Amino acid sequence: MDTEILARIQFAFTIAFHYIYPPLSIGIGLIMAIMEGLYLKTGNKQYEVLTRFWLKIFAITFGIGVATGIIMEFEFGTNWSVYSRYVGDIFGSALAAEGLFAFGLESTFLGILLFGWNRVSPKVHFFSTIMVFLGSMFSAVWIVVANSWQQTPAGYHIVGEGFDARAEVTDFWAMVFNPSSVDRIIHVWQGAFLAGTFLVLSVHAYYLLKGRYVEISKKAFKISLAVATIISLTQLLSGHSSADGVAVNQPAKLAAMEGHYEKSAPADLYLFGWVDNDTQEVTGIKLPGGLSFLVHQDFEEPITGLNAFPENERPGQVNAVFQFYHIMISIGMFLIGLTLYACYLWWRGTLFDKKWLLKIFAYSVLLPQIANQVGWFAAEMGRQPWIVYGHLRTDEGFSQEVSSNQILFSLILFLVVYTVLFLLFIYSVNKKIKHGPYDEAKNPDEFLKYV
Amino acid sequence: METFLGIDYPTLWYLVVGLLFSGYAILEGFDYGAGAWHLFFKKDLSRRIAINAIGPLWDANQVWLIIGGGALFAGFPVMYATMLSAMYIPFMLFLLLLVLRSSAIKFRSSEEMKWWRTTWDIIYFISNTLIAFLLGVVLGNVLQGFELGENYTYKGGIFFAFLSPYAIMAGFTTLSLFMTQGAIFLLLKTEGRLHSRLTFLLKKGMIFFIISFAVTSLYTLIFLPGVTDRFKEQPLFFALPILAFLAVANVPRLVSKKKYFQALIFSSLTMAFLLMLVAFQLYPVLLPSTIDPAFSVTIYNAASSQKSLGIMLTMVVVGAPLLAGYLIFLYKTFNGKVQLDDTSY
Repeated sequence: MDTEILARIQFAFTIAFHYIYPPLSIGIGLIMAIMEGLYLKTGNKQYEVLTRFWLKIFAITFGIGVATGIIMEFEFGTNWSVYSRYVGDIFGSALAAEGLFAFGLESTFLGILLFGWNRVSPKVHFFSTIMVFLGSMFSAVWIVVANSWQQTPAGYHIVGEGFDARAEVTDFWAMVFNPSSVDRIIHVWQGAFLAGTFLVLSVHAYYLLKGRYVEISKKAFKISLAVATIISLTQLLSGHSSADGVAVNQPAKLAAMEGHYEKSAPADLYLFGWVDNDTQEVTGIKLPGGLSFLVHQDFEEPITGLNAFPENERPGQVNAVFQFYHIMISIGMFLIGLTLYACYLWWRGTLFDKKWLLKIFAYSVLLPQIANQVGWFAAEMGRQPWIVYGHLRTDEGFSQEVSSNQILFSLILFLVVYTVLFLLFIYSVNKKIKHGPYDEAKNPDEFLKYV
Repeated sequence: METFLGIDYPTLWYLVVGLLFSGYAILEGFDYGAGAWHLFFKKDLSRRIAINAIGPLWDANQVWLIIGGGALFAGFPVMYATMLSAMYIPFMLFLLLLVLRSSAIKFRSSEEMKWWRTTWDIIYFISNTLIAFLLGVVLGNVLQGFELGENYTYKGGIFFAFLSPYAIMAGFTTLSLFMTQGAIFLLLKTEGRLHSRLTFLLKKGMIFFIISFAVTSLYTLIFLPGVTDRFKEQPLFFALPILAFLAVANVPRLVSKKKYFQALIFSSLTMAFLLMLVAFQLYPVLLPSTIDPAFSVTIYNAASSQKSLGIMLTMVVVGAPLLAGYLIFLYKTFNGKVQLDDTSY
């Protein structure tokens, strides 16, 4: 295989694996901050038990997130050296800001969060929880800013030619607030909140089904359900706003998302379907003119299709972009339905009576994870063939001096190490869940003793 | 070119990156160094204490690597891209070892089984040792220069070229320096049997350091072209190796007086002086080309735009005090000897 493909596989694999963890940390961080805040406000020890329990799972998630994240920071240089030279002036400053303003904050307070229970006052501990949570949110900001700049470059000019060409920043804030960054930051945050809250929902649904830790599980479930409902609903808004931006800034990506080929015609909205890139046909269930309506509020308004772009300037994997995008949307819709129905039952006072619903929640932990992954795959594959939209092609961006054997070597190592790491993660989280927040074998009412 | 206090922006950024990597070497130096002693402790409890000595701190110490890497990428993208792609294999190994090391810290004490703990102990020991060694190897390679052609294209060997004799010597020097630093740090954080064992180990570590340092220095003076010229130009910089030597010579005295914190300061100073020596030796070059000096990566041809450097220098002015504040708060909270409790690893 050639170097470019291997470099892309390696990047996709390492970033997709990495992206299991930070969203979980951000989401669990939010719930943990709410729980600990409630503990400080009410003095109810049950919230402390919950905080301490989720902190243990947070610790593993965060740790793996950091470890796999460092690799990403250096992989730009090892595998994408041409790209790194091209964007360093811009991308680099976002990464540096991430380290200085976000990662520094979360990593230092992490020590106090994890090991400080017996050393600092509850208020200082709560403060540390908030700082770690904010730090992880800021991290997301800078990373998404950097990626958004690749999608919709702004605040820069290109200097030099050929090998020496590179983007230089002309307006820092225009670079930071490039056309897609705000929508995408919010969308990514919300995806992260959903990943975390659905893990909390899943674990406590499992406890409720087993009749374990019933009282605290009900509390945790309600907190997370409230957050999950608000977020999944508002996720729809940021998603819509994001798609509107794609329509303006990356028309080829939008066209690929709905398999729209005709140069300029009203575009349909598919519920699901299959794109044949050769015949340029989509088979599936659709709302005719639906995409036109979503973008222009008019079913007849034409939308630029893939054929408006030269063959070598449109995404190669149209069907993949289409599928990933639709899986994300379907999951989002399902989560809205699920949380709204659960809220309705909560209002009726029968939330915990329906076993089948708790079972769905127990398994739903996978859904936001899948949506986060496929959402990013749609965004990144839809950007192709560009690594910097409209300026630098992916097949020009990789390290020319690195051989395919070197990448194969590192890719195999990553596969082995990450597989082991993933198994360890599952094993150890599973063990912590099975063990539970406190030792139940003793009198459950006396759990406070074991805090 | 824009300047601040009469110093141009690339030079200022060179200082920033240098400070960040020095901070990384000093702080993660004792983390990695402590880990490189791991199998020298026989009891399970000693090993657990050793890990928990760095427990609350290592994540924060690692920040220096992350910011340093970001600063290099942001300020000297050409250097970042050229060095990492040319040193592909050592950096990939380094990164994977970092992952293994973090996993060992997290998972080692989570199970009681002996085989489990022994396996993680071995992984922890090997990853720390090799990380320290590889950092030195990369530094050795940078000092020696890369086979860089036009447009910074790397023309050197791909798989094993990074293991030149000089790089290996630099690797051992770094490892031994980190081990010295690590032993002093553990002396500061432990008591009892483990503590007396460390007093003994520290002596071995220092001997290891003095030998590797002497050999590497000799080799540098004899075989690395241009090193002596630099000193002839600026005799004042002879002070740096002498200061480094004096600082390390002060360590045994302070340790015998049980002033471990001061000893740690002095061994950190040794590192700082040596890194200043490296920085002085290279400046304004970042990566010498062994093919033609004209192809070398320098702070000027590698730098980002003046505008970008200006923005980032502002960030540093705002961010550095904040970061210093967090770190002081963290270190104050976990001051004193290790005490294992229910939150420990």
